[in-house]
Amino acid sequence: MENNHRNVLVFGEVLMGKIVPITLELLAIGRRLADDLGEELYLMLLGEGTGRLGEEAITFGADQVYFSEEKLLNQYNSDLYTHVADSFCRRVLPSVILFGHTDIGCDLAPRLNGRIGGGLSIDCMDLSIDKEKKHLIMRRPVFGGNAIATVISNRVPQMATIRPKTFQPLEKNLSRQGDVIPLEEKIDPSLIKARVVNYIKEEVEGVKLEEAEVVVSGGRGIEDKKNFTLLKELADLLGGAIGATRVACDEGWVPAHLQIGQSGKVVSPKIYIAIGLSGAMAHISGCLGSKYIVAINKDSEANIFNVAHLGFVGDWKEVLPPLIERLRELKGK
Amino acid sequence: MNIIVCVKQVQDPEIPPSKFKIDPETKQVIPPAGVPPVISVYDERALEAACRLKDKYKAKIVAITIGTDKASEVIRHAISMGADDGYLLCDPAFESKDSFKTAYILSKAIEKIGAFDLVLCGRQAADWGAGQVGSILGEMLTVPVVSFACDIDVVDTGLRVKRVVSDGYEILEVPMPCLITVSSEVGLPRLPSGMRIMLARKKPIPVWKATDINIEHSLLEKGHEHTEIIGLVVPERKSECEIIKGTPKEAAYEIAERLVSML
Repeated sequence: MENNHRNVLVFGEVLMGKIVPITLELLAIGRRLADDLGEELYLMLLGEGTGRLGEEAITFGADQVYFSEEKLLNQYNSDLYTHVADSFCRRVLPSVILFGHTDIGCDLAPRLNGRIGGGLSIDCMDLSIDKEKKHLIMRRPVFGGNAIATVISNRVPQMATIRPKTFQPLEKNLSRQGDVIPLEEKIDPSLIKARVVNYIKEEVEGVKLEEAEVVVSGGRGIEDKKNFTLLKELADLLGGAIGATRVACDEGWVPAHLQIGQSGKVVSPKIYIAIGLSGAMAHISGCLGSKYIVAINKDSEANIFNVAHLGFVGDWKEVLPPLIERLRELKGK
Repeated sequence: MNIIVCVKQVQDPEIPPSKFKIDPETKQVIPPAGVPPVISVYDERALEAACRLKDKYKAKIVAITIGTDKASEVIRHAISMGADDGYLLCDPAFESKDSFKTAYILSKAIEKIGAFDLVLCGRQAADWGAGQVGSILGEMLTVPVVSFACDIDVVDTGLRVKRVVSDGYEILEVPMPCLITVSSEVGLPRLPSGMRIMLARKKPIPVWKATDINIEHSLLEKGHEHTEIIGLVVPERKSECEIIKGTPKEAAYEIAERLVSML
């Protein structure tokens, strides 16, 4: 690919005055890609107070940190962020841009791509450099995780969103050197077309699904809404959260935001307990990052047993009550 | 209000993995025998969102899809749900997995359909899931874009959109015309009535080729793809599941011990 684009850019995210973990993870993989390309690693941070985070970002792998202290960028706004990222990229000409597969990355990356005409792959699980051709190789699940596609971009910038927790941040290295550079461009507020007028935080009872160490998930086999209270009881006992398949959400047994899978949430808990769900790939793709999967299903041929570590073939209705009872006893000790 | 909904026909994503086959040479997925293709999940929700607007306000819904002649089925499905018209964009030159090409073809079809107030797309397709056709299309049509909507309503200034974020919802206001991508949180799509199914069966579905929508053929030629799939594999999953024997109660006790030891 002949062009004058050079260097790897990480689009950074900041929450409550701190660089979020996914950004540190992106700096780690970005560092490796930049080294393989023989290029530099840039980080972009937007919003008031980001300038003082530059030095820290350098210790985690960045060579140059570009920041804007513009007040209008304190909260994510799709129109403004797309504009700022676009004008920055046209000036700096990065060859690679990495985003978290997050609320911001999932919105911004496609919009920026639409404007700049690069090549984007979302939800990448692995990135590497073809050292001969000097281009980015991206691997991502397709068809709900049934297959893995290897993708290259024929255009620059080559862009990717990456799932949180795919890479480990680098060890902090205080001896690393770099530059922290302010972006002086003034932002025109009339660029805002879609205005955020309100934000509704969803009150979650107990542990948040994405952050839970234990997830108890149910599918078609749970049969009704009432039965989910038993799953909730188990989840509560284990300090976890409940999730569900698309069918269970569509049936209205649990709210849609508890859906795990391709068209729902992606979770990576320590323990995933799959009850009465067959394990369609569209569901499994949302929980494959789980460290330990326990499955209870009547059908010994169910796909869930192909991904589970521990399984029982039988009726969950006969397993759950004694399981809850025994857990109470063990916990009571 | 004129609403255009972009829909796609995909292989049923709920098929058991054992039926999922690919051809690594051509990097294509082999459609499983006897399993009919379906409308992509999010696109069906986009239709539902459009139908809810039509229930409440005066609206005309037009559905468009790119695909083979079989894809007219998803247009019929859209009409059975509540769409007024639909077009099938079918031309060998349209065959591509590149999001920019897809968006370009859709933009030319939308240009031909004429004035619109709202374009709806699913947030991503259930097959290749590129997740960007809507955003690119928005840029091509030079209209504002809002992603991942679960509720849309009309207000004085345009539309009020409830947008799904990881810990709740954002409420946005956006002027029309605009493009909105729809998320699954919209809720269940309606079941078409028998009468609407009959209507959809009888409705002629016009087919538009490249020349019908003023497509610049050169832009669809090979070499213009922004991204290229160079490999496709089915990941090997080795089954190492330890199956607990015994009665449900014994199993429950065993599972309980293991869980407690791990936490």
